[in-house]
Amino acid sequence: MPVLQGKSLECVRGDRRLFHGIDFTLESGGLMQVQGPNGSGKTSLLRMLCGLALPAQGEILWDGTSIRALKGEYYAAMTYLGHLGGVKDDLTAIENLRVSSALAGVDIDEKQAHDALQHMGLGGRELLPAKVLSQGQRRRVTLARLLVCGTALWILDEPLTALDTAAVKLVRGLMERHLEHGGMIVMTTHQELEIAAGATQQLKLA
Amino acid sequence: MFFWIIRRDLLLAMRRRSDVLTTLFFFIIVVSLFPLGVGPEMNMLRTMAPGVVWVAALLASMLSLGRMFASDHLDGTLEQMLLSPQSLSMLVLGKALAHWLVTGVPLVLMAPVLGIQYDLTGEALLVLTVSLLLGTPVLSLIGAIGAALTLGLRGGGVLVSLLVLPLYIPVLIFGAGAVEASAAGLGAGAHMSLLGAFLLASVVLAPWTAGASLRISME
Amino acid sequence: MAINWFKYSSPASFYFLAGKMIPLFSIAAIVLGAAGLYIGFFVAPTDFQQGEAYRIIFIHVPAAWLSMFLYVIMAIWSGIGLAFNTRLSSMVATAIAPTGAMFTFLALWTGALWGKPMWGTWWVWDARLTSELILLFLYIGFMSLQAAIDDPRRADKAGAMIALVGVVNIPIIYFSVKWWNTLHQGATVSLTQSPKMATTMLTGMLIMSLACWMYAIAVILIRTRAIILERERHTAWVGELQLQGATR
Repeated sequence: MPVLQGKSLECVRGDRRLFHGIDFTLESGGLMQVQGPNGSGKTSLLRMLCGLALPAQGEILWDGTSIRALKGEYYAAMTYLGHLGGVKDDLTAIENLRVSSALAGVDIDEKQAHDALQHMGLGGRELLPAKVLSQGQRRRVTLARLLVCGTALWILDEPLTALDTAAVKLVRGLMERHLEHGGMIVMTTHQELEIAAGATQQLKLA
Repeated sequence: MFFWIIRRDLLLAMRRRSDVLTTLFFFIIVVSLFPLGVGPEMNMLRTMAPGVVWVAALLASMLSLGRMFASDHLDGTLEQMLLSPQSLSMLVLGKALAHWLVTGVPLVLMAPVLGIQYDLTGEALLVLTVSLLLGTPVLSLIGAIGAALTLGLRGGGVLVSLLVLPLYIPVLIFGAGAVEASAAGLGAGAHMSLLGAFLLASVVLAPWTAGASLRISME
Repeated sequence: MAINWFKYSSPASFYFLAGKMIPLFSIAAIVLGAAGLYIGFFVAPTDFQQGEAYRIIFIHVPAAWLSMFLYVIMAIWSGIGLAFNTRLSSMVATAIAPTGAMFTFLALWTGALWGKPMWGTWWVWDARLTSELILLFLYIGFMSLQAAIDDPRRADKAGAMIALVGVVNIPIIYFSVKWWNTLHQGATVSLTQSPKMATTMLTGMLIMSLACWMYAIAVILIRTRAIILERERHTAWVGELQLQGATR
């Protein structure tokens, strides 16, 4: 099973050094919660881990190989859900899910998209354009990608924002199942979240 | 994937038809303003027509560049695109093609009608339309680079014109030149082949460059 | 003796090296400039066709040469910066742009001044003048793009990208403009049929070119030093400099 490693990562934003000397190893079935106050570089770290941003120092290894060298191979094994959900106002929930899955290299048909949205509690709203959905419902459309992507590593930036308690429970179940099957999760959250995981580690950014 | 992107962008354009029409009407208005500025003397208008239509096409295509990546940038889709296991160049090529289908093709179709306003002969109309057909995709492809580099910058719209318009000059020269050459009895073949060469070169080079620029802008 | 060239690729050591080199290049620029102007104004004979007006070529031609060379050099440094992620090369590229734009403008301006007595008009749509104008647009595009970006790393890379795109396009633009110009030959006067030049004229022009080179290098070094200070203002060595109150 693959391993995600960070080695002495450093992040510089403008003149400020947000963090430095970050080391971690995340193994199969492991959950890493990134914590820290606003502006401590949580999102920057996650963007680094998924390959959108370059660390000022250090490197990130997937199975011992730098993710800069792996590129597409790494992207195929990883799903990143950022602050912005990537939900288009003018497309319906189904279209949104199918397009974002296609971008991730997974072609799903109408039926699969329908089932995933149903599971996320959006039954009956699949054909509405996303602009009439509430914040929480749009978030659910984004999270539905986790059901269809089939990747080993999930990188989630504040996945619980705008979700109600029922949805939080749903997402927790989803994560627990993913970890049970040997997946890995890196996430940030401000909410307290108890997740049953084989190995939970906390990364604190000052 | 390539087709997914084109399909999605066309679908989005269909649901926001007004954006497409705005560009087209901009083109029509600019072309129609020239006779009001220089007078209705037909001989002069006839010689001016190719240049006027081409400059208007340049401006219309450039004005709609902002939309190519901006909305995807705002709602986070662009991040997904950069993290796609598929090749980013193909994705950018798809987006540039969709941009051309939405903004370039209507201009090409409208050009003969506007040419009639300028009293162009049938042959000149044909050459003008074909030159636009070959040249406008180049505009979308080169424009993608400018749009990628100015992503999310303040004043990006004006900036993109500074970056992109000088690069459009060869297309303008050979596009408008084709019509003049055919009117002078020289035949437009050489111009058309050069426009075709520009198209090929930009299909090969521009998507990669624009993709690399997107990565720079998103970092 | 082996010199460790990489030592000077660090901004700090380059800063001090440049500080030592600037006076040398400045003096060379002044001496060569004085010599070139002397030859240009007093030694070179009056042209039998163009009279005294032709003497503007002693600044016009070097400026035009430099405007083109500097763009290529800027693109090369940009490319190196992009490929090897060396900050200093990108800083040099940024420092070159204003000087290159200045020489482009100078070439256009002196071209217009020369054109008035020669052709009775300030501006002709000659292939070279037009290309020079487009070159000015390219310089301005590069500078505006870098100015619009706050993050220096992104500014370096985005600028490098547009410089490289520009340098690939310059030959294409030049040949299209030339083609366009020959097609409309009737309307313009060509610069190409230059009369045979006297040796003294050539010498004067070469010396003036060297002077312009020296000036350009000195100014670019000064500007690079300023950029280094600005970018590295939070580092220890700049802090020390400030404490010493030293400028060099």
